Amino acid sequence: MLSKKSTVSFHGTEEQEKALLAVIEELKDEKGALMPIMQKAQDIYGYLPIEVQTMISNHTGIPLEKIYGVATFYSQFNLSPKGRYQISVCLGTACYVKGSGDIYNKLMEKLGIVGGECTADGRFSLDACRCIGACGLAPVMTINDEVYGRLKVEDIDDILAKYE
Amino acid sequence: MENINLTINGLKVSAPAGSTILEAAHLAGIRIPTLCYLKEINEIGACRMCIVEVKGARNLVAACVHPVNEGMEVYTNTPKLIQARKKTLQLLLSNHDKKCLSCVRSGNCELQQLCHEYGVEDENYFEGEANHYELDTSAAHMVRDNNKCILCRRCVATCEKVQGVGVIGANNRGFDTFIGSAFDMGLGETSCVSCGQCIAVCPTGALYEKDYTDQIIEAIADPEKYVVVQTAPSVRAGLGEEFGYPMGTDVEGKMAAALRRLGFDKVFDTDWAADLTIMEEAHELLDRVQNGGVLPLITSCSPGWIKYCEHYFPDMTEHLSSCKSPQQMFGAMLKTYFAEKEGIDPAKIVSVSVMPCTAKKFEIGRDDQNAAGVPDVDIAITTRELARLIKRCGIEFTALPDEDFDDPMGESTGAGVIFGATGGVMEAALRTAVETLTGEELATLEFSEVRGTEGIKEASYNVAGMDVKVAVASGLNNAKTLLNKVKSGEAEYHFIEIMGCPGGCVNGGGQPQVSGDVRNFTDVRGIRASVLYKNDAAKTIRKSHENPAIKKLYDEYLGKPGSHKAHETLHTSYVKRTIN
Repeated sequence: MLSKKSTVSFHGTEEQEKALLAVIEELKDEKGALMPIMQKAQDIYGYLPIEVQTMISNHTGIPLEKIYGVATFYSQFNLSPKGRYQISVCLGTACYVKGSGDIYNKLMEKLGIVGGECTADGRFSLDACRCIGACGLAPVMTINDEVYGRLKVEDIDDILAKYE
Repeated sequence: MENINLTINGLKVSAPAGSTILEAAHLAGIRIPTLCYLKEINEIGACRMCIVEVKGARNLVAACVHPVNEGMEVYTNTPKLIQARKKTLQLLLSNHDKKCLSCVRSGNCELQQLCHEYGVEDENYFEGEANHYELDTSAAHMVRDNNKCILCRRCVATCEKVQGVGVIGANNRGFDTFIGSAFDMGLGETSCVSCGQCIAVCPTGALYEKDYTDQIIEAIADPEKYVVVQTAPSVRAGLGEEFGYPMGTDVEGKMAAALRRLGFDKVFDTDWAADLTIMEEAHELLDRVQNGGVLPLITSCSPGWIKYCEHYFPDMTEHLSSCKSPQQMFGAMLKTYFAEKEGIDPAKIVSVSVMPCTAKKFEIGRDDQNAAGVPDVDIAITTRELARLIKRCGIEFTALPDEDFDDPMGESTGAGVIFGATGGVMEAALRTAVETLTGEELATLEFSEVRGTEGIKEASYNVAGMDVKVAVASGLNNAKTLLNKVKSGEAEYHFIEIMGCPGGCVNGGGQPQVSGDVRNFTDVRGIRASVLYKNDAAKTIRKSHENPAIKKLYDEYLGKPGSHKAHETLHTSYVKRTIN
């Protein structure tokens, strides 16, 4: 399940809201406007929390559920913000056979979130990704631009401790 | 229109251009099975039950959306198709809980019926991973059990397109797809209006009303309780379908007999309260017209419509009549007037209503609906629940004699009974309002302009030198269209009737379910409404203000329509809600 209300509180600015309303105003009478509006909203806010989806709903008349349905159908839409440290675990074939699934599960357990979510303190967000081209180092994960290879489940605590 | 000639299973068939294969087959008396298809509402070709072979076509085609062509050769029941449909059913069952024995729809489930027809002998043929969902019991009126959902999306399409609400939809993707609300809110947290149209169209037991039949059996068995029942007009027009009568059979007399045999202390009729509603609402209309009140006045009988107005048109709640709905007026009079008259403690009365409606379950819990200091109505059940109750208690419905309702709250007029059809409240109100304004007797009582099953109807009547403009809408998407016209000033009316369900209460969310196969090719609303109009035409008294029991009520208790006492007991207030 990647669809949950974000546990990170929403901090939208007036500028962001103005930008979103301008986008809606420009697109709302076009057929099939919802997806482009959602994409631009994500560009503005970085993700699509209930507050943003509700704004889109109120200003387009499109039911909130319809927007949410689209947001949870396409993996490109994020319902949670990205953390200060973005963890990305490779679940591509090579990493997966080398046990990256266990790493991913352990991270979910440690952080108390599921893939696609962000911890309540905004520190870590977790995603699964496909091959990053470092199969020789499998299993691999990245935290922001740092690459960690030949991972073992036991390594995770020490790695996470490096990020405050 | 031009006709297209084709053959279906070798039979020559002629169908209007633009017809689908499904429609052409229907014309030829051939039934093609469907699960997701709902005419004009859900035409998505998703369930793959209606697949047929078309000569020359690369793949099996979905008959519900594929148009007919000249010279087309269609086959609907080849071995290949029968095997494919069976496999589709087995795949649906692989992610279905298959708990038919305890399912409320067992016996009239469309999935079960098709499994039976196609001889699905191994329901675990594709055993594997399955989804397990918690029941959503958050709404006052219904339960969603996604363990039985086949993702046909009939409920989604109905909620959005017919009712203009759209609080349910498909969330997530692929195997994780489920029908739910935004951000996994329970239905009770959304702006669901409780109309129950989703239940009416669900092919399986995934959606059902909260059942209160056991509470009724317990109340009747309790010697301390005085249990009284009222039945809405439309119940008599639908209940027979649950006992094998053809659609359009009036079972009023057998229904009264069955309720008496269930052990209710009094068997009364909501029609009585419908007449009372007309007295109050016609008075309110005349008062607003003559004293510059807020116009148009909009009817308040339909609790689904009321909740919709509060969520989606909160700036228009002052247009709503302050009259309680007939159900609530009945309950109010039962626990004040009747209780005082009979010397019964209102706290000991259990006020039960049988309604074609699921929103009534929400309505009984609203604020400002307790004239005697206790809820006006304690238990509201649907037509379907009443049928269950009758069967559970071993009453042979078809063998019952016709009986009458009890006095005094069982006496009603033709005006009261037509409340169940769209335009009925308008017509009933006009019969009383026109005679009150002109002081003359109407030559004809039929206001045919406001009859019929169209979604929006308009009419204008010259009454005592004044043009009275009225409109009638049923189905909330139609209501939305009409209200937007009123808001923009494009249309002006004095009086509007709005019913939440398309066609009015006869097609309410609590009425017997009609399978897609039948619904797609039958005028359910018209046939059921004809019961009420026939019932009206056969009555000797057809105007609410001539109901002797209502006259007596005003003489003995209320004074006159709109009196202080009437306001205290028969009128209510509304709130403004948000959209979720």
